[in-house]
Amino acid sequence: MLMRKLLGLTGLAASSLLILSVTAFAQAPQSLLNVSYDLSRELYKDINPAFVAHWKAKTGNAIAINQSHGGSSKQAGSIIGGLEADVVTMNQSPDIDILVERGGLVSKDWRKAFPFEAAPYSTTTVFIVRKGNPKGLKDWTDLAKPGIQVIVPNPKTSGNGRYTYLAAWGFALKSSGSEAGAKDFVKKLFANVPVLDGGGRGATTTFAQREIGDVLVTFENEAPALAKEFGEGKFEVIYPSLSVEASAPVAIIEKVADKRKSRDAAKAYLDFLFSAEGQEIIAKHNFRPSDPAILARFKDRFPPIKSFRVEDLLGGWEKVQTAHFADGANYDQIMAGR
Amino acid sequence: MAGHSSRKVLPGFDLTLGVTVVYLSLIVLIPLCAVFIKTASLSLEQLWNTISAPRAVASYRLSFGTSLLAAAVNAVFGFILAWVLVRYSFPGKKQVDALIDLPFALPTAVAGIALTAIYAKNGWIGQHLEPLGIKIAFTPTGVLVALIFIGLPFVVRTVQPVLEDLDAEYEEAAASLGATRWQTVTRVVLPAVLPALTTGFALAFARGVGEYGSVIFIAGNMPLISEITPLIIITKLEQYDYAGATAIAAVMLVISFALLLIINLLQAWSARHGRRAT
Repeated sequence: MLMRKLLGLTGLAASSLLILSVTAFAQAPQSLLNVSYDLSRELYKDINPAFVAHWKAKTGNAIAINQSHGGSSKQAGSIIGGLEADVVTMNQSPDIDILVERGGLVSKDWRKAFPFEAAPYSTTTVFIVRKGNPKGLKDWTDLAKPGIQVIVPNPKTSGNGRYTYLAAWGFALKSSGSEAGAKDFVKKLFANVPVLDGGGRGATTTFAQREIGDVLVTFENEAPALAKEFGEGKFEVIYPSLSVEASAPVAIIEKVADKRKSRDAAKAYLDFLFSAEGQEIIAKHNFRPSDPAILARFKDRFPPIKSFRVEDLLGGWEKVQTAHFADGANYDQIMAGR
Repeated sequence: MAGHSSRKVLPGFDLTLGVTVVYLSLIVLIPLCAVFIKTASLSLEQLWNTISAPRAVASYRLSFGTSLLAAAVNAVFGFILAWVLVRYSFPGKKQVDALIDLPFALPTAVAGIALTAIYAKNGWIGQHLEPLGIKIAFTPTGVLVALIFIGLPFVVRTVQPVLEDLDAEYEEAAASLGATRWQTVTRVVLPAVLPALTTGFALAFARGVGEYGSVIFIAGNMPLISEITPLIIITKLEQYDYAGATAIAAVMLVISFALLLIINLLQAWSARHGRRAT
């Protein structure tokens, strides 16, 4: 009886298992698999055909680019588990560092393999408020005031949320001059968070569709998507006095590229992201291109903002991970003491 | 329920038992072993710190508490639904019958988004409850609502066939012997469907404990308040803490297994008890 029932239960569990299906092109060497994060889907839909044309013009050969998208940590996990990606395009460097650490899939100095520390673009954390900014929110300090509701995705499960947390921390660290002051400030800010959605898009839905919260703190590139979805002029973007630079790094998975003899194509593909053509496509998708010349051309789309890098102000990702997001670290303490 | 009395009378026992053991090992035991082996890479102290962290403990309370409550609610209303579908005929009965299975078929994320849309403060139901001070979306109550939604078919579909087998004559006999309606239900109908009802309860409960997709949208996911255990596991996976994730999973498995075992023992006991009484 018990066995029979357990069997039934497992059947259910097995059928509800979500399996990431990626078409494996075993034969043709002229294909690349780009494993990327969730919100780059639209970007690479435009980048890939442009690169295919570029490659054809340069070498005369055809090439196919396959894409896989998902939560970036999950994607990195799949590569560690054996998913044969030629290149990764992520939204935070810990998700590439882990590939160095586990199995040596990526070379240790991957940051030096491409210009701008191997990040073709970046975005930054901004505020999105309702039309007319009814609560008059101008900077981080306004968000920590009592009675303000702040919508932020879960820093434990989303890179977007982590950057928001770090941006607030960095701001408070600079203004108060001490770790204790920063912690106190971030605690006040997170006390104003009524819902923690799993990812950036979830938080956007909560703010825009469910009409919860006075301000959504999210990536700059979410703002135009919001305007497109819910109508122009319903929301306003506020640029805080200091924010964080969220650069999106890329790397070749060397072990796979060597095995599949795809290194040249992989290199050319990632180089293309840094080319003028690639940078322009990136800018059109509302990510800040790393090339200053291209960024300058799109300056009406990207107002100047003072931002810091995690590496500079907060001592790098490894330190941030252990000091803030590990179990029982600052973030947990802040949430427990709300 | 034939159990020990029919042993070795039927041929093919060795073969079928062999298949059962191999199949169970491949499908259930080996993956479960992997959970425990991965967990074993932690030292005892790390293990204890992981599974006894306040956030983890709060999540067990929420996950198991709401799952049990949701299964109990479903046991009551699922029984009534099954009763209505079996005993009465009315226009649209076929459609109602088909509706029951919908929570099965719907992708759980869709269910979660739909429920959140309805119960959020600007949703169809939420906007009427909010002025009364009742909040459902983004609270533990929201978790309960989602679990009730996804667990309903388990109870209805296990009780329904048993009720169909139970002839209405029994109830008529009880009535003609002078039983009140209440007595008929509690003394005649309920004992007969109790084993099926507990199975349905157990299935709904087990499904609730493991549910992620639908709950995650409506829960609000506040640490210590509305974080379900599967979210804690996902969180750990996001941080590449695979051993920590499996440790929490192992705790869930042990508690679930213990609870299901108790439910099964209760069921066996009630079946024996019921047979003796009739």
